[in-house]
Amino acid sequence: MTAVMGRERLKCYSLTGEQGERAVSLGLAGGSEWFRSDIERKRMKELMRRSDFPAVRDTLLWFGLMGAFAAAGIVLWRSWLALVCFAIYGVLYGSGCDSRWHECGHGTAFKNTWLNDRVYAIASFMDMRDPTVWRWSHTRHHTDTLIVGRDREIAVMRPARLARILLNFFGLVEFPHALWEMLCHASGHLTPEERTFVPPDEQSRVFRTARVWCGIYCLTIAAIVITHSVVPFLIVGGPRIYGVYLLQIYGLTQHAGMGENVLDHRLNTRTVYMNCVHRFIYSNMNYHIEHHMFPMVPYHRLADLHEEVKRDMPEAYPSLWAAYKEIIPAVLRQLKDQTYYVRRELPPGAAPYRVPPDGRALLETR
Amino acid sequence: MGVRFSKPAEMQAHEMPTWVAACVAEDVDKEDVIGFSHEDRDFAIYRTAEGEFFATDGHCTHERTLLCDGLVMGHVIECPKHNGRFDIRTGKAIRTPALTDLQTFPTKVEDGTVFVFV
Repeated sequence: MTAVMGRERLKCYSLTGEQGERAVSLGLAGGSEWFRSDIERKRMKELMRRSDFPAVRDTLLWFGLMGAFAAAGIVLWRSWLALVCFAIYGVLYGSGCDSRWHECGHGTAFKNTWLNDRVYAIASFMDMRDPTVWRWSHTRHHTDTLIVGRDREIAVMRPARLARILLNFFGLVEFPHALWEMLCHASGHLTPEERTFVPPDEQSRVFRTARVWCGIYCLTIAAIVITHSVVPFLIVGGPRIYGVYLLQIYGLTQHAGMGENVLDHRLNTRTVYMNCVHRFIYSNMNYHIEHHMFPMVPYHRLADLHEEVKRDMPEAYPSLWAAYKEIIPAVLRQLKDQTYYVRRELPPGAAPYRVPPDGRALLETR
Repeated sequence: MGVRFSKPAEMQAHEMPTWVAACVAEDVDKEDVIGFSHEDRDFAIYRTAEGEFFATDGHCTHERTLLCDGLVMGHVIECPKHNGRFDIRTGKAIRTPALTDLQTFPTKVEDGTVFVFV
């Protein structure tokens, strides 16, 4: 048995390689054995219960702020104040859209399914993530969180692709990649990886959506040419470059440096306390262990869920800064030692970690 | 309380279905679901807000998550893992990632006990 290490190990993450099949054969895939805290059924129902009010309020505020700052940016164009306006607009668009895409993708943001699906469609466009492909991709992420060869959404692999991570603070990898995927879909093709998780019956919807999006981006380009101004790009599409950095800062706290091939979200996910501004932009996804453990609890009840389960949880990180003080050294250490991962202490009386006792976490050996 | 019925394939081959006591009616809150196991098979027993009882296979057809941990909303059960949804009266899958219908079973209530025809 030889461990696959170094850059060679990155091949293990491919969904079309042998690791995915091995994960299935070893019983790591399929999502049936994950640890969950015990919560009384009546309380769980209260937490899962849907309501339109919080999401309608937050969505109106989100769109309202974007509209106000975009309008102010246009009016104040050629003044330095326009920079401030577009900086805020860009974060609301480029970073705020991702958590709306995410929440509506889970179907939990709104009680009203129609509203949920409309906001999902809009947020998907803003996020440049095809609503069908990414719904299936994210479904897999929740079934097989950080299972190597199964989870397409592992942002920080071992060893980390540092240049890619840093460039993505300005969307410099994801933006062109999303454009390429959109053109690929518009021409009637899925990537080989996408074909592993998008059912054939759903594929025509992907192609149709991509063609509509291409039309919208063509109109944006036409507006740039007609107005001789970059403003249309700053409003549509551009925020996925200049406003995406906050999403990266949030997103990397979710799983970077944590355990792979474990069946316990407390070992592969973080919960980080954040202030109300961050929580608004991020739709409370800072309670990420709780979200993974109980994905059908709406974002506006995650703080309550956190109180219910924290007896079983490692202590939440008090701030983004505290999280990054752990993440950066862990990711740098994983450049040399790909067996290392962060393993945190549980409070006294907590349910013990659920780790496959038979070496399945060493999946990358062959 | 009867609903559309389709026999499990293995039952068709091996044994005749029969009425099995699943739970006491009061065990199931209105607009809720509980799990019930019989001969190594899991079922979900539902009670609607109107007091009707329904029964389906116990696992989501998408990835076999137990539906008894899910949320009942009207006549819809939502899988607690991925938001797949089914009509509990017919078993019809009505939201992705659930694409395959659930198997349903007839139910009846006698003397406060819920029976399922399995």
